[in-house]
Amino acid sequence: MAKRSIVPFGPQHPVLPEPVHLDLVLEDEVVVEAVPSIGFVHRGLEKLVETKDFKEYVYIAERVCGICSFGHGLGYCQTVEKIMNVEVPPRARYLRTIWMEMSRVHSHLLWLGLLADAMGFESLFMESWKLREKILDMFDATTGGRVIFSVNCIGGVLKDMDDAMLKAITDTCAEMEKELKPIARAFLRDLTVGSRLHGLGVLSAEQANLMGAVGPMLRASGVAYDTRLLGYAAYDELELEPVTAAEGDSFARCEVRIKEIGQSFDLIRQAAAKIPAGPIAVPVKGFPQGEYFTRIEQPRGEAIYYVKANGTKFIDRFRLRTPTTSNIPPMLDMLKGCQLADVPLLILTIDPCISCTER
Amino acid sequence: MKKLAKSPWLLHYDASSCNGCDIEVLACTTPKYDIERFGIINTGDPFQADILLITGGVNSQCEQVVKQLYEQMPNPKVVVAVGICACTGGVFKDCYNIKGGIDTVIPVDVYVPGCAARPQAIIDGVVKALEILEEKRQGYREHAGKGES
Ligand code: SF4
Repeated sequence: MAKRSIVPFGPQHPVLPEPVHLDLVLEDEVVVEAVPSIGFVHRGLEKLVETKDFKEYVYIAERVCGICSFGHGLGYCQTVEKIMNVEVPPRARYLRTIWMEMSRVHSHLLWLGLLADAMGFESLFMESWKLREKILDMFDATTGGRVIFSVNCIGGVLKDMDDAMLKAITDTCAEMEKELKPIARAFLRDLTVGSRLHGLGVLSAEQANLMGAVGPMLRASGVAYDTRLLGYAAYDELELEPVTAAEGDSFARCEVRIKEIGQSFDLIRQAAAKIPAGPIAVPVKGFPQGEYFTRIEQPRGEAIYYVKANGTKFIDRFRLRTPTTSNIPPMLDMLKGCQLADVPLLILTIDPCISCTER
Repeated sequence: MKKLAKSPWLLHYDASSCNGCDIEVLACTTPKYDIERFGIINTGDPFQADILLITGGVNSQCEQVVKQLYEQMPNPKVVVAVGICACTGGVFKDCYNIKGGIDTVIPVDVYVPGCAARPQAIIDGVVKALEILEEKRQGYREHAGKGES
């Protein structure tokens, strides 16, 4: 038997924008086991709900993570709205949908860039992030923020978009769609990129289901499951077909995410065409009492929000199950048997968001 | 700003932030903002870094890591705290395991406020840090000169 050795990976690592630590048990160059240890970004945000006003907590919920910030605000607001039986005006539901899809575009482009960087393909990283700046400019114009927006509130949204703005967004989408093509070609056709991604970290559909994979990770293994089909916000009125791929390897995960960017452009276009006129928020009176679960589809997969309220302005318990939490077990499984050199790439293909996971 | 004599290398670490400022730090290195025009390279290696760009309010778990990274960096070095939670703890100030600001753990030279800090502000902070770095270097040189005589 080859000699076993343990290589520490992280928490500070060039490939990872966020700290996570793994102890990799190696036999020669092959990983036999990966033992994660976490907690480097734990802040205790769930606990903070007990000392913050439930309306004020929206801002904390958005700072669970800076990449999927809009979604966290949305998930929290939806849950509290359900408890309080608040009917959100249709225009607000559409606006939420548009911002949510814009978040997905920005998050997936960010991931594509990091993936290219992990392979050492610097120019592709720069190209992806250059394209991403366009959607950030639209965020800046509509909300005033580039990564943290604070536009959600209990009962609706805080800012409206006029027709000129909606047109500017759809125009930007059309432009970005064109510019995405050469980038997508580099990821999907380039031989070097292909040789790094094809057949790496294969996850079969059964395994994915068994281990509880979610989001693009699950869909890349051929399971057509997308929480957006539940029809929260305005998704029930839009046409949506989950993007899937059959192979379940790293290449498939890359392909699914690239196609989802296109799907998001399409959803933004549909929503901008259908958006009804009307108010963007309703006043909310009183305090929540009761409990509720909601699920939404974040860029990284299904996120679950739970709120238990006691009729005062402080909420008893807020619980958040993030997509990365459920994607870590399949990742650890994938790491077994891979080469040490592929570890950073494999970790990246699940699109880890440690800050969400540890809160 | 005075002429730069050296190409300072940059190290980025996330000490319990929300990621918002981290992706803005990364965005600074990409074509639109491009801090590489100051000769800066984003390195992952503390032993080769001159500037530490650090975000987040520091929790008990990463405190050791932050100290270690700071010690591993060669002198002279500057620390830039990016984002309001790195400056004072910000929104996370009341959290039970947040120390509240980078300066509770290591000395900070430049504070960049904002939640999230905008790339323009981060670049401004880095440029300030370059000046401080040059001053510190000068100090070291004089110190070394005295040692010789
Ligand atoms: S300052 Fe704000 S945006 Fe930046 S890391 Fe802290 S909480 Fe996130």
